[in-house]
Amino acid sequence: MSADSRTPDDSAPWPGPFVRYDLVKELVIALVVVTALTVALTILFSSPDDPPTTIQSWARADPGDFVATAVTELDGTSEIAEYGPPYNHTPDATQKIGPLDLQSAAGVNIPIDTANDFVLGPLKTIPGNRRLTAALAAYEGSPPTVQKAWSEEFTAALEKAESPGGVAAILPRAHYNPVAPMMAALLGLAQSGGLDGDLLASDHTFYQTNYTKPLLFLSGGGYFEERAEGQHLLGTQWGMMNETGSYPGQVWLWLYTFWYQIEPFLESPNADALIFALMGVLSLAFICIPFIPGVRTLPRHLGVYRGIWRDHYREVED
Amino acid sequence: MSDEKRAPVSAAERQMWTTWVRERAVRALPPEKLLPDRQPAYVSSWIYVFGVATIAALIVIVVSGMVLGLKGPTWWHISSLGRFFNSIHLWAVELFFFAMVVHLWGKFFMAAWRGGRARTWVTGAITFLVAIGAAFTGYLSQQNFDSQWIASEGKDGLNSVGIGAFFNVANFGQMYTFHVILLPVVVVALVVWHVLLVRRHGVVPPYPARVKAATASRPAAEEGSAP
Repeated sequence: MSADSRTPDDSAPWPGPFVRYDLVKELVIALVVVTALTVALTILFSSPDDPPTTIQSWARADPGDFVATAVTELDGTSEIAEYGPPYNHTPDATQKIGPLDLQSAAGVNIPIDTANDFVLGPLKTIPGNRRLTAALAAYEGSPPTVQKAWSEEFTAALEKAESPGGVAAILPRAHYNPVAPMMAALLGLAQSGGLDGDLLASDHTFYQTNYTKPLLFLSGGGYFEERAEGQHLLGTQWGMMNETGSYPGQVWLWLYTFWYQIEPFLESPNADALIFALMGVLSLAFICIPFIPGVRTLPRHLGVYRGIWRDHYREVED
Repeated sequence: MSDEKRAPVSAAERQMWTTWVRERAVRALPPEKLLPDRQPAYVSSWIYVFGVATIAALIVIVVSGMVLGLKGPTWWHISSLGRFFNSIHLWAVELFFFAMVVHLWGKFFMAAWRGGRARTWVTGAITFLVAIGAAFTGYLSQQNFDSQWIASEGKDGLNSVGIGAFFNVANFGQMYTFHVILLPVVVVALVVWHVLLVRRHGVVPPYPARVKAATASRPAAEEGSAP
């Protein structure tokens, strides 16, 4: 039979034997080994660098998806148009943690008006297109109900057309629909690469480092998501912790990503906020382990420490 | 200079801020404690290697990051040498987290917060969380499809709790600044603090050994022995 005898004060100076220990030498050896390992991994695997999707590459590769997305940005039915804070004031669009609405509390700090920022504004930069100028005047001079009807009519025709270029032929000829020439012009601007620049430089400054507008526009389209799905990057595919190719990615985000794979988060409209709150609580608990009764003494009961200090125990207990 | 040879500190000198800081620093961490050449005999497991391996990986990360920073964020896309240093940076990060996670698990199983060492655990745990932020902003700063997608996905989590209004993952300039300056400074400062705490309080001793019940004389207040 055996029992534990316990040290009353773990902060007391160690009364047992000491050995020579060269900390600096250990660090230098570790540095050499880690450097050698990183060089070896670099030579063997390099690093991923899939080029970014541009508005231009999207509009050229999948013009139908681009135009279909652009119409939703114009009529305010896209994901970003209805996102709520920090982009706009869409009512009842925020995620909540119970009664707590932190998304609304933070406010609209990055205002995005998808119709003006993504469609109308860039179209107005195109010079010398009288058909477009007339279409813009007609569209902006009409009430929202008429604008919405035009967009819906155009969307229905786009679904039937084989390409955005064929939409005009399908649209009813009985009345004028300015959305068709507007979308044709926007597609041309996008395919030329001009829309990438317009979205980036929409605040009219020379230097640019903020990609919010082009990225939000891109994220509304199916093309961007299909590319991510092909690279196993969707939220349902363990999302952000992966990266393109077969690289390990941010594996340390596994727990954060894990919650997105299970109920009740999988179908919850508040999944992001709830998971963020849960991870906040877990992170705090992780930091506070030394102060949590039951958890702070768990290692003693697990007994793994006996393997870590097996030489010490062998010597002492023998 | 040894204490014996140092001139006694006068009352006027004691009122100097510099003297006060030096006296406190030396008292808290005398040189033989800051850089000891002896360790308790129980410090003989491979698990102890992972702490220093984490620091070694951090050094490789910082140095490779400085090389990438010297040439700017687009260099590695167009230069094979840049790609080489980006790969070094990436794999050093992977090794950093691997070593750190093993180190953290090791310290958990040792209950390394015992004996007034709670702050050592807390600084280590916070370092891990801040390092996740540093890596996250690094992925956002790559200027490739990974960055685009991570920003597109990441914004929803951050926006949902109001952080996204101030920390915009689609703003490359903001993310790059966080990645190359703000978060690395915090990580390095926390690591320095963590190491100084380890040196000051020493490596946590083993739990007491098992001895025959007849000789076990001291019952323990287990909860009371925590930090």
